[in-house]
Amino acid sequence: MDEDKIDKIIEEHRTDKSELIPILQDVQAEYNWLPQDTLRYIAKRLQVPLTDVFGIATFYKSFSLKPRGKHLVRVCLGTACHVRGGPRILETAERILGIKTGETTEDYKFTLESVNCLGCCALGPVMVVDNEYYGKLPPTKVEKVLHKYGYTSLSSGKGGET
Amino acid sequence: MNRRKIKSPSDLEKLRQEILAKRDPKKPRIAICAGTGCLALGARKVITTFKEELKKCGLENEVEIRETGCPGFCEKGTIVVIYPEGIYYLQVQPGDVPEIVEKTLVEKKHVERLLYTDPTTNEKAIHEDEIPFYKHQMRLLIGNNIKVDPKNIDDYIALGGYRALAKALSEMTQEEVIEEVKRANLRGRGGGGFPAGRKWETTRNAPGEPKYVIVNCDEGDPGAFMNRALMEGNPHSVIEGLIIGAYAIGSHEGFIYVRDEYPLAVENTGIALEQAREYGLLGRDIMGSGFDFDVKIFRGAGAFISGESSALMSSLEGKVGAPKPKYVHTSIKGLWNKPSNLNNVETWANIPLIINKGARWFTSIGTEGSKGTKIFALVGKVNNTGLVEVPFGITLREIIYNIGGGIPNNKKFKAVQTGGPSGGCIPERFIDTAVDFDELTKLGSMMGSGGMIVMDEDTCMVDVARYFIDFLVDESCGRCVPCREGLERMSEILNDICEGRGKEGDIELLEELSAVMKDTSMCGLGRTAPNPVLTTIHYFRDEYDAHIKEKKCPAHVCKALIEYYIDAEKCTGCLACLKACPEGAIAGEKEKVHVINREKCSKCGICYDTCKFGAVIIS
Amino acid sequence: MKKMTINGMVVQVEDHWTILEACRFYGMDIPTLCYREGLSPGGICRLCVVEIGKGERTKLVTSCNYPVEDGLVVRTHTKRVIRARKMLVELLLARCPSSKTLQDLAAKMGVQRVRFKVKDEKCILCGLCVRMCEEQMGAKAIGFAGRGKERRVTPPFDIKSDVCRNCGACMYICPVCQLRCQGPEPPGVVCGACLNVEPVCLQDNDDVMCYLDTCGWCYKMKKR
Repeated sequence: MDEDKIDKIIEEHRTDKSELIPILQDVQAEYNWLPQDTLRYIAKRLQVPLTDVFGIATFYKSFSLKPRGKHLVRVCLGTACHVRGGPRILETAERILGIKTGETTEDYKFTLESVNCLGCCALGPVMVVDNEYYGKLPPTKVEKVLHKYGYTSLSSGKGGET
Repeated sequence: MNRRKIKSPSDLEKLRQEILAKRDPKKPRIAICAGTGCLALGARKVITTFKEELKKCGLENEVEIRETGCPGFCEKGTIVVIYPEGIYYLQVQPGDVPEIVEKTLVEKKHVERLLYTDPTTNEKAIHEDEIPFYKHQMRLLIGNNIKVDPKNIDDYIALGGYRALAKALSEMTQEEVIEEVKRANLRGRGGGGFPAGRKWETTRNAPGEPKYVIVNCDEGDPGAFMNRALMEGNPHSVIEGLIIGAYAIGSHEGFIYVRDEYPLAVENTGIALEQAREYGLLGRDIMGSGFDFDVKIFRGAGAFISGESSALMSSLEGKVGAPKPKYVHTSIKGLWNKPSNLNNVETWANIPLIINKGARWFTSIGTEGSKGTKIFALVGKVNNTGLVEVPFGITLREIIYNIGGGIPNNKKFKAVQTGGPSGGCIPERFIDTAVDFDELTKLGSMMGSGGMIVMDEDTCMVDVARYFIDFLVDESCGRCVPCREGLERMSEILNDICEGRGKEGDIELLEELSAVMKDTSMCGLGRTAPNPVLTTIHYFRDEYDAHIKEKKCPAHVCKALIEYYIDAEKCTGCLACLKACPEGAIAGEKEKVHVINREKCSKCGICYDTCKFGAVIIS
Repeated sequence: MKKMTINGMVVQVEDHWTILEACRFYGMDIPTLCYREGLSPGGICRLCVVEIGKGERTKLVTSCNYPVEDGLVVRTHTKRVIRARKMLVELLLARCPSSKTLQDLAAKMGVQRVRFKVKDEKCILCGLCVRMCEEQMGAKAIGFAGRGKERRVTPPFDIKSDVCRNCGACMYICPVCQLRCQGPEPPGVVCGACLNVEPVCLQDNDDVMCYLDTCGWCYKMKKR
């Protein structure tokens, strides 16, 4: 953990404890996850009880307390995508990457998550990789999309438990 | 870009004239939708290809390219409109670009295959107002999206933007603004339908300073994306409304809460706020009126429940975004226990219209109890999916058939789900119901934020109820017993029913749980969670009975209750399904009938989709 | 002072009271689980719900944190309220059958069956321990984490807390830790050792005739 980096983020938010959530978002953007020592440090600097920081970090789906892969793969499971086969895309991605939803591949290249509606409902099923959206995605194209981000059949397999 | 501060309403008009003077209405312009939807279909490549192509033809100074907000016809993205003629191209791919440049820009001819084609008459529509999807809408709020680049405030001003703010600040008192909004009878568009004017008045009259105004863009209903289109496509329409509201209520600090899953909305809103500040439309002494006001953006972090008013305010305070178990309205004690007015994106976007054109005009649209227009996200089993803006009072049939183009593949319409996880399923026999807050509530559903999911004969209604409950189990904050425990148990029962383990008494137990959840849950999520279950039980009891008593799924959806097999008569032995099957469950040789191994079959349905001969049967 | 009506009685109440405080002052018992005098109200278990309002427009609110109002009409034992309390206890029992506190509540309310799959959790997430640790002991060593069915009470990172002083206040106040029920033996869920009958008068009225502990005396009298 780089204390200076975190100090900078906290100061950008005026060391204001009501900005705890944006601070956590910025720290996660920096490290790609929220390591335990960063949370302890933030609690100390902001003078917020550690239980509160932990409570917030575990309440929201976008925060990860485990290291995540280089590429974040998210499959939408909103109603419109569900009706158009969203779960099948998720199953396909699980099978290709060899991990379950919420897990990271052993080589830390990919993390697979599900999202509850991305707002592209007319284009279901939708998959997002690192903020690039893929709409009207047939299950057969999932592997091709993952190839773009460096997927090879050697990438699959579970990893990412701390 | 150098922007000078606008010091008065006449200054604004002067600026508007200056902007218009620099724009030649006859100059060709290519408007390409750069909303999240079209981007997901490859709009970025279309845009770069257009830029390259224009350069190649030496036209980059003669033709303007404008990346615009989402006009809502997402089914047919990427959308490209050529001005000044207004030629409307659909489903544009990068490969189409050279032809468009050559034929339409240079030769002034249409590229026929990119125009909208009526599925029955085969007639082509050239302009937006000829396309049935748009023709029957009343696009007061979303109509401008295709005309503005959300990253350029000048586009919004050119169309008359911020005129309402000028009027409010210079010609109306705070009370007059509130009166106008009250007279317009604008009801909240986020789901509650509470009269906005009354909420404003309560906040204004509540004791305590400072007062806050908040935009709720935490649109979490699966299937709803109206707020996304407005916030990322034309953020100024919302910001203008917010500033007017802040003035009326007496607030100097505002927040725009955008969910984390809408990064483009966060980006475009940020740019819009910066540009508004540059013009002096935010900050101190707005337009020389003496009124100070500024806005901060707050990003959500992935929790549906944080869209509930008190939960959202909790998030803003740096606490967990879960509802507060209090019985005082947030208008009186909200953010940091101060009077806070929270409204949905669409509610705020209606304000400039009301101020510009007056409450009388606004009330001429809609029904007795519901005035104005509403944007719906029409999705599911319907031909034209996308955002539709219609006046209240239009019927479900008109939305689904005239605008939506009916059900694809000649399937039969079964039900339409409105209101997301808080709403309910409305069956076919009510399809001529006029859409308005009270009518939908009478049928056991609710307006909600505007999600409208169309379902056909291939949709299992028990599976729909199960889907919504499973969604809510994941999103419940978990504080109160009825919601947390009740939802989990409902999920157990519904999953049992869908997997063939339903038993007598399950429906009655679901109904009993529903009653208690409605009565005792701490917040709206728990109180309205039973709606999808209750409406599907009420209107589709036969499907529940089939699942429980006969262990059958009439719509052939619930995996545990269906079997896939291959019809020997129809099978041509083409090996297509065999190759496609991810489980290797199909056995067969070329030109010999294929057989599905039940043990290995995961019922994913890929073979059914692959077979061109209709030989795969589901029973 | 404010004036309100509780179960038909017009009473004077202190301005700062909650409905629960007012009811208890006048001797009316409302069951609670996550409420303890001295700690802030939780509003979590919802057992303390009462029906307020008149005619068609009544609703259930939690009495532990609803402030008294002038002219408020409160009924503590209506059909809707009893139905709600019974279901809530049934849900809680299904979650945590080993709690004597819950079994006693079940017995008192006449809950005789649990129709859900039984779990064996040791915590009902009432939050009393969290509030005790924060408000009375000033430590904030434990708190809530997760959401929905993953919600749990835990010290940060699920490891021993640096600020925990081992005072045991959390165990003292916990309605599950306190007393283990001797009653239920598998496969049963409801102990029923001290069962009480459901108020019979609810068959004829929307309000129970005696909101003190139900004893069934009226039923016995009727039968004679």
